[in-house]
Amino acid sequence: MTSRSMLRQLAVLTIGAVAATGASARTEIQNKGSDTLVNAAQSLAEQYGKINPKVAVAVSGGGSGTGIAAMINGTVDIANSSRKMSEKEIKEAQAKGRQPVEHIIGYDALAIFVNKKFPADSITVTDLAKIYGRDGGASKWSDLGITIPGCKGEIVVVSRQNNSGTYAYFKEAVLGEKGKFRQGTLDMHGSKDVADLVEKTPCAIGYSGLAYVTDHMKALCVAPSAGKPCVKPTEQTAFDGTYPISRPLFMYTNGEPTGEVKKYMDWIKSNTGQCIIEKEGYAPIKKVTCK
Amino acid sequence: MSTSTQALRNRATDARAAEDFDRRDPDWYVDKLLAGIVFVCGISAILFVLGIFFFVTKEGIGFVFEKMDFREFFLTPYWSPSDAEDPEYGILALMAGTASVTGLAMLVAVPFSLGAAIFIAEFASGKTREVLKVLVELLAAIPSVVWGFIGLVIMNPLLIKWFDIPVGLCVLNAGIILGLMAAPIMTSIAEDALKAVPDRYREAAEAMGATRWQVIYKVVLPAAKNGLLGGVLLGVGRGFGETMAVLMATGHAVNIPDSIFDSVRALTATIAAELGEAVVGGEHYQVLFTIGIFLFLVTFIINLSADLIVRGIRKG
Repeated sequence: MTSRSMLRQLAVLTIGAVAATGASARTEIQNKGSDTLVNAAQSLAEQYGKINPKVAVAVSGGGSGTGIAAMINGTVDIANSSRKMSEKEIKEAQAKGRQPVEHIIGYDALAIFVNKKFPADSITVTDLAKIYGRDGGASKWSDLGITIPGCKGEIVVVSRQNNSGTYAYFKEAVLGEKGKFRQGTLDMHGSKDVADLVEKTPCAIGYSGLAYVTDHMKALCVAPSAGKPCVKPTEQTAFDGTYPISRPLFMYTNGEPTGEVKKYMDWIKSNTGQCIIEKEGYAPIKKVTCK
Repeated sequence: MSTSTQALRNRATDARAAEDFDRRDPDWYVDKLLAGIVFVCGISAILFVLGIFFFVTKEGIGFVFEKMDFREFFLTPYWSPSDAEDPEYGILALMAGTASVTGLAMLVAVPFSLGAAIFIAEFASGKTREVLKVLVELLAAIPSVVWGFIGLVIMNPLLIKWFDIPVGLCVLNAGIILGLMAAPIMTSIAEDALKAVPDRYREAAEAMGATRWQVIYKVVLPAAKNGLLGGVLLGVGRGFGETMAVLMATGHAVNIPDSIFDSVRALTATIAAELGEAVVGGEHYQVLFTIGIFLFLVTFIINLSADLIVRGIRKG
């Protein structure tokens, strides 16, 4: 008897739930990609959900390559990327009948992380190439004339997994178009992992988006080459392009966006959306005044 | 003459009786149905293995035939598959990573599991024995991501402190973790092998005045050697195929190690980390499946030889 009444209740509940979901008819926007952008995309999605509760934006990370692959495979509406889509990727997308359209939604400075114990405050792009490049010539800090207390061995070169847009951008900006990373870099699976490892390891050097800089590490001032003045990574220097390794951040849609996706993209580029981008530690695409 | 005719007649009646007996009532159908289901379950393992092998091959074989340069693939250490201009597909460093971690894991696991098996099979008795066996099985049930976490969070700072190395995510870390993961299965198999040695061997040795250690060392271990070797090989197979724990504990660096403190990257971890990003059907995707084929073949050979060796002892 009791079990039967419980069953009946369950049935009523289930039907109720189904009816409720059916009634609200929420539009879902799939948004995936760049690990650099994932926090910003998440808070954009949350804020947008408050303004427009009929639209649910589902955000996931995984790396720019993951987002772009999902765009090519047709499983997302918006792909986040911290690098430009390559010619090859655009061709692959077109072969599958998709027309990726690029939207710049902000700018990022790629900060160079070192441990608190690191003695200097600046580094040159030339030295970065020596550290990160294949046969670059620097495998110990002493090769660059630097001694770090608590670090005896080799430089612990921290990098990102190879589908990361940050990885691809860093490679292009520091090692050049044809450059290759050296063997034996520790390929972390997220910007936060890079930050964690560098915080704990005196010998380490790493790179990631400006938003991932913490108080437990140093973000170096970067000079294009020896003798030139160095520039600190900030939102301002990322926006005006004076920081040598700053980059635009992208969102890709399949064709010019329409309907709810268009509304969402327009909102991201609006004052409100750009303020969220700024709050997350990136430079907005235009001058904005935020509360 | 007459007796054989009689026998023939009897057999004919028997057959008729059996047919009478074989009534097609509901029980008969249930019986047939269940026999069928059990048969399908029985051969399902074969179907699954063939199915998986077929799928992995289908996805990866295009690369093997069209673009793969065998020398580049097996003999160069450069792995940068996502490079748009000039991708490099060399798995030498990845193989070195897997081999070094698995090798070290065996150095850790073999003494441990052999000692544990000897103790459980030859010395422990009653409650101790039962408790130990349950605990060993419990150890085998710990999920690999938990082991990976131990490597990342506990072992990493410890290794840095003890050995004064810059990073604790290295061959040593992953080797210890993997050794502890492989030890339980190796212990169980080694214990079975020791138990399979007939008691009369031990009795005969004791009658000749051998001490307990001499019995084990000179009689039981040689008699069980095939089973023990089979256990080690299964452990190697386990180490070779392990993914999550090595992904977390090795440091994930494409590198041919020259000491146990170097970071490396394993074949399996590479597939796990990169498959999600690869465009389905693209070159990178196919290369990852080619690594899958390679892993499948190697583990197949290892497990097959382990099985043949263990079977060898059963017959002999």
